[in-house]
Amino acid sequence: MIAVTFAALWGHWWRSPLQLFTLLAGLALATALWSSVQAINAEARASYDAASATLGEVQFDRLVHRDGLPIGQDTYIRLRRGGWLVSPVIEGRIGDVRLIGLDPLTAPGGMAPIGWSNMNDLQDFILADGRIIAAPDVVLDGVESDPAVAPGTAIADVGTVQVLLGRRDEFDALVVRPEQPLGQASLEEIAPELTRQVAQSGSDIGRLTDSFHLNLSAFGLLSFAVGIFIVQGAIGLAFEQLRGTVQTLRTLGVPMQFLVLLIVVELLGLALIAGSIGVGLGYFIAALLMPDVSATLRGLYGADVVGTLELRPIWLASGMAISIGGTVVAASTALWKLSRMPLLVGAQPRAISVIAGRGEKAQAAASAVLLLVAFVLALTADEILTGFVLLGALLIGAALGLPIVLRVLLDGVAQYSRGVIASWFWADTRQQLPGLSLALMALLLAMATNVGVSTMVSSFRLTFVAFLDQRLSSELYVTAESPEQAAYMVDFMTPQVDAVLPIMSAQVQISGRPTDVFGARNHATYRDNWTFLTAGLTPWKDVHTNDAVLINEQLARSADLQVGDVVSIGEQPLAIAGVYADYGNPIGQAIIAEYLFKILFPNVLPLRFGLRLPLEDVGAFVEGLQSEAGLPASSVINQASIKAYSLAIFDRTFTVTAALNILTLSVAGFAILMSLLTLTAMRVPQLAPAWAMGLTRWQLGLLELFRTVMLAVLTGVIALPLGLALAWVLLAVVNVAAFGWRLPMFLFPWDYAQLGGLAILAAGLAALWPALQLARTPPADLLKVFSNEQ
Amino acid sequence: MLLTAREVHKTFRTVGGSTVVLRGVDLSLDSGQSLALTGESGSGKSTLLHLIGGLDSADQGQIFIDGADILAMDDAGRAGLRRGTVGIVFQQFNLIPSLTVASNIAFQARLAGKYDADWVDVLIDRFGLTSQVAKYPEQLSGGQQQRVAIARTLASRPRLVLADEPTGNLDEDTASNVMDMLLSLVTEAGAGLLMVTHSTALAARLDSRVHLRVGQIE
Repeated sequence: MIAVTFAALWGHWWRSPLQLFTLLAGLALATALWSSVQAINAEARASYDAASATLGEVQFDRLVHRDGLPIGQDTYIRLRRGGWLVSPVIEGRIGDVRLIGLDPLTAPGGMAPIGWSNMNDLQDFILADGRIIAAPDVVLDGVESDPAVAPGTAIADVGTVQVLLGRRDEFDALVVRPEQPLGQASLEEIAPELTRQVAQSGSDIGRLTDSFHLNLSAFGLLSFAVGIFIVQGAIGLAFEQLRGTVQTLRTLGVPMQFLVLLIVVELLGLALIAGSIGVGLGYFIAALLMPDVSATLRGLYGADVVGTLELRPIWLASGMAISIGGTVVAASTALWKLSRMPLLVGAQPRAISVIAGRGEKAQAAASAVLLLVAFVLALTADEILTGFVLLGALLIGAALGLPIVLRVLLDGVAQYSRGVIASWFWADTRQQLPGLSLALMALLLAMATNVGVSTMVSSFRLTFVAFLDQRLSSELYVTAESPEQAAYMVDFMTPQVDAVLPIMSAQVQISGRPTDVFGARNHATYRDNWTFLTAGLTPWKDVHTNDAVLINEQLARSADLQVGDVVSIGEQPLAIAGVYADYGNPIGQAIIAEYLFKILFPNVLPLRFGLRLPLEDVGAFVEGLQSEAGLPASSVINQASIKAYSLAIFDRTFTVTAALNILTLSVAGFAILMSLLTLTAMRVPQLAPAWAMGLTRWQLGLLELFRTVMLAVLTGVIALPLGLALAWVLLAVVNVAAFGWRLPMFLFPWDYAQLGGLAILAAGLAALWPALQLARTPPADLLKVFSNEQ
Repeated sequence: MLLTAREVHKTFRTVGGSTVVLRGVDLSLDSGQSLALTGESGSGKSTLLHLIGGLDSADQGQIFIDGADILAMDDAGRAGLRRGTVGIVFQQFNLIPSLTVASNIAFQARLAGKYDADWVDVLIDRFGLTSQVAKYPEQLSGGQQQRVAIARTLASRPRLVLADEPTGNLDEDTASNVMDMLLSLVTEAGAGLLMVTHSTALAARLDSRVHLRVGQIE
């Protein structure tokens, strides 16, 4: 019984290859988009784990200098003699490579790169004189490659790294072993200049980048949802066409439960095939996107992530699971309806039409509830998770409501239509709507996402450019290698430029948040160029005369601080005089007067300077700086270069988003094409009467084309406000929760018009082939409709 | 007795109210016999056939096939009955569009585990379908499709054949031809045949006839 029944069911797909292709392609595309995002996330997380394991930032407490200065070898020796079991770490960069020096003899277990089983591995490699082990992506002479090392990183003995970095007798941090002897002297007694950073208290890159990965996951899920619409459409249509076969099989004695079981097995088999294709395709997409993601994470968060991809079991499994899960979700309603189908359908047509009516009512109710949830969350959501729930409720609610809104619109138009063809056309369009609604919902989601994300990105870019103009007002930026060189340079530069503005910073805690505090000189550059989100009347004057402080938006939001509140830096209480935007910075920032900074951080000497001078003098000045002061070219950078670099990072940051945007829109176009193609065969009986009554086949084809374009236009009109609502959620809720800053929202009508044109073109192209097929339907096929009816 | 129906009642309940279709029908049929069931539209002929075929359930009464009360069976039991004991021929043919003619004819016999290749070949030959076996149902005429449907029913050698207007979609000559084959093969197999028909001429070709009027046998 299994074999013959299965042959009858499978025969449907065999005889409808287009439907089979639609199902497999939709599922494979959905899985591909989802699993590509998962692959990227898995790769990035593996990189973070590798980095954390190498430096022991997550597992172990660390001793660091209070003023961010290096720790001397003598301090280390004092601590060891005082009973402190600590291990030195030094870190620096040679070009793009992060170089880490560890002491294998004193480092605690677990500080080795992940994949190394124990400290013996670490000791073995470092004891070999001058040996350097690096990640496979590091290309340097004389280093050995090991995939266990974090990407972009090289590890060597601390002594070797000190030599390579030219920093003899100093370390950046001392890692504290978990087990410490009793009776050791206190840190205050031995090294009062050091402070103990508790494990996990530092900037955990994994946590910082969570929002980015959540963003990607949300996009992947959205693309998956669009793909599942295709699958649901294909399965729904297939099951509709299978009703006759199922009924016959039942009358011939095949039990319904057995049929349902066989259909489920068949669908699971197809899901496994499509899932395998999708995972392969996803790997390919992820491999294409990975270099940009890697650049984004490095540029935005300073996180080193490999630009290449490894096959990881977790996302392979996740891809297959989502393929099977998606099939179950897409098929459940259709399968349930099929299983509830009366054996003698003809006896209960009314009952079925009642069920169909109930379906629309249930959909309208679900849409209304979701939109209500979205409205409530729009007023209350202030976390990333609730922000994404808001996005989901908004998008799904709107998508579910789309067919109902379209039907109401069509009913309205039909009322005012004149002429028999127009009346038939609108009535026929209304009849076509259920068959096309899933594809139109996919188009709505894709277009709204495009409008929303492009509005967010373009608003962000516009704001960011203005922000760069404001913040990068010095014509030149120079960096000295040592305090001595800095002093010499200041003497050299001061008479030749309008102003030398030192850039100096120290890391502190303000209201419990890690914050970079900067000392600013009292100069018109700041007063004239900086704008504030909120400020008193004279913020800069307050900073320089009344011991006030300026803080960035991130700190203000995370610590709930406002202008007028008082914060402490060290022992110094300071009133907040203004809050400024600080886009792209993941942590808090504060600005105090230069004189106060020198009092609070006497050991921090400025090594970087902004220089004000007429633009036309920049070239000659840089030449003089290099030839007379001996400053290398790499130490001088002009404003235009920094802006270009920052914008390049920005643009690359959103390359992935743009790529996923285009992919989602393409999938929606594919959904329309597949829906129309599968509907074409079913259209013949509906069009034959119109043909018999005098419409030519070409007129019918043109009307089909017009119908699809018209529905795409209507969908686009609804997608625009939905997309703008999406942009608002991204800018006002998700961004604030994820990054700590709120961006102003700008509108870009020209972009929307272009997108609308693109979507209509995609819908038109998708409709062209089916329309041509209809226009070329042989009269014999149309006549067959009437002969069958007899 | 192959088939016995006693006091069978059936009422359809819809949103608009309820319609009594069968009002205590009694019927019997022996192996090797054929019985025509006639009546006006809406008299309950097809409903009675569906109840006997286990496609629907009665509100009251008993229907025995080979001694088994099918109204007491669950869905699985009735499905088993349709697989092995009863064969149904519908007016709309009800072929499986995804299978070829050959596969359609063999289908029910395979389902019932009674597939006999020689017997299937005989049926294909007798119904004049030899040149059509590789085709799909949509490529056949109405008469050919009905011949395939009857061959499929007979291929499993059912004890009871139920036919619901089997020639209702066919022209007179084709209908007569199909009926000749159906009657001769049922007689050869020693099965019972219960046929619903509007046609008086067709009914006259069967061994006996009962007429239904407003849900009751006259």
